[in-house]
Amino acid sequence: MKNLSETVFLALAAFLALLGAAFAQDDLFRAHAWILFFVLAGATVYVMRNVRFAVTAPAAAPTEYMDGPIKLGSILTMFWGIVGFLVGVVIAAQLALPALNFEPWFNFGRMRPLHTSAVIFAFGGTALLTTSFYVVQRTTRARLFGGNLAWFVLWGYQLFILLAATGYLLGVTQSREYAEPEWYVDLWLTIVWVAYLVLYLGTLIKRKEPHIYVANWFYLAFIVTVAMLHVVNNLSLPVSFLGAKSYSAFSGVQDALTQWWYGHNAVGFFLTAGFLGMMYYYMPKQANRPVYSYRLSIIHFWALIFLYIWAGPHHLHYTALPDWAQTLGMVFSVMLWMPSWGGMINGLMTLQGAWDKIRTDPIIRMMVIAVAFYGMSTFEGPMMSIKFVNGLSHYTDWTIGHVHSGALGWNGMITFGALYFMVPKLWGNQLYSMRMVNWHFWLATLGIVVYAAVMWVAGITQGLMWREYDDQGFLVYSFAETVAALKPYYVLRTFGGLLYLSGALLMAYNLYMTIRGKVRNEKPIAGAVVAQPAD
Amino acid sequence: MSYDTFRHFADSWGLIYLFVLFVGVIVFLLRPGARQKADDAAQIPFRED
Repeated sequence: MKNLSETVFLALAAFLALLGAAFAQDDLFRAHAWILFFVLAGATVYVMRNVRFAVTAPAAAPTEYMDGPIKLGSILTMFWGIVGFLVGVVIAAQLALPALNFEPWFNFGRMRPLHTSAVIFAFGGTALLTTSFYVVQRTTRARLFGGNLAWFVLWGYQLFILLAATGYLLGVTQSREYAEPEWYVDLWLTIVWVAYLVLYLGTLIKRKEPHIYVANWFYLAFIVTVAMLHVVNNLSLPVSFLGAKSYSAFSGVQDALTQWWYGHNAVGFFLTAGFLGMMYYYMPKQANRPVYSYRLSIIHFWALIFLYIWAGPHHLHYTALPDWAQTLGMVFSVMLWMPSWGGMINGLMTLQGAWDKIRTDPIIRMMVIAVAFYGMSTFEGPMMSIKFVNGLSHYTDWTIGHVHSGALGWNGMITFGALYFMVPKLWGNQLYSMRMVNWHFWLATLGIVVYAAVMWVAGITQGLMWREYDDQGFLVYSFAETVAALKPYYVLRTFGGLLYLSGALLMAYNLYMTIRGKVRNEKPIAGAVVAQPAD
Repeated sequence: MSYDTFRHFADSWGLIYLFVLFVGVIVFLLRPGARQKADDAAQIPFRED
């Protein structure tokens, strides 16, 4: 009996959502409960139509890899990428042209968390789930643990994204950076995340390869640490059982530190450790040679884990946070430079003896630029964490530029590389067009360069204007004057984002045609090994 | 346990524990014979597709 218990479970959940809508304490919770009800009811009908009552002989446990969730996850990653980049371009345009703010649902204040969550959690998170499912199976030579658990984790995570995204536009927020969803959405994510941990550990335990490959260490550190960060940062007391509002368990400077302990380690363990897991598998695979130094990768891992968790206070320089804590955050941030560059060198040197691939293989080139941006932003970050530099850079657009060279350059590019590698293999097809990958590479790289350079200029302009005193000790510029000075940079930034988005659209078309099994009739890239057959 | 005793424990025994653990990991990695094992582990992604 296939799908029967799933149908019953979904129907029950839909009914509970209906009750939530009926007894909601406030309008926001009611609206959210209705959204949840319609989604779950739709899912119930969909699953019910696929119920099979035929008694099948209990087949031997399937031994091949479980690739269904990975295929779906690859498509969803691409989808969320486009959504996230598009919203990013829209809010960039909103800053340049304030008339584009449509109240109340589509003004900058609500669209901005939609953008950050769509790129970090929807695009990045789905990419991490998907690639971790792929990597853990192929490096342990074991099928994913727990039957349908992988489907639950993937769909459960999508439900979290849906509730978070609709909540932002409706105005449901607990106003914590990168953790805006309210308490009930946080609880749901906790359940999904524990299931993810069980799935990952279960697969590792039944591995057929005695050694656990280093990519899995990074993925596991990402899963465990994010669980800890998420739970502690979201400790709060709801006002009512069926209401949207809650209050944090912390207050004042303790709350600020908790938020940035979470926020910075979300960067360290979500956007760094998890994506390094990607780098340590997909880069050697695409280059077809083992990682430069396996022992360096282990040192990279432990040094990163030991240092990162202390760096958060650098977000609170010159605040009410005790001075020693600020200095501690700064010192650990500067020390982080070492493992980060160790890892970058390890990734780049994997190409030792095959440097020609950068010229002939656009996918490798994409991964190389990703690692180069990893090195660039992990140099810039420690520099900005130094109090003296931070005094100029903090609260300016320099920070936004820094984040985007890391997110677009490192996270985006390594994910694109992994998808270009993985999608043809998953569907057993050849990649539709290598030349389009090349175009994607240049559009994206140019987009990032425009974006980062413009934000440097904007940020330093802003920082210098804010601190400009005249000889009588008065501030020279009003705040509105500093905003007006940035307009040309904001327009240029929108253009950089558009370039990046158009590259991603090209990629979506390329992957769509690859999945359909088409191959574009085009001139091969000079020097490239022609058409590796899919295996 | 008060905050004060807690933080003094953290910046003495806690610090030593983490530091020794970290140095231990590096020493273990550089022990004789580790290179062979590491080179072998680096081949794992290529054993099966």
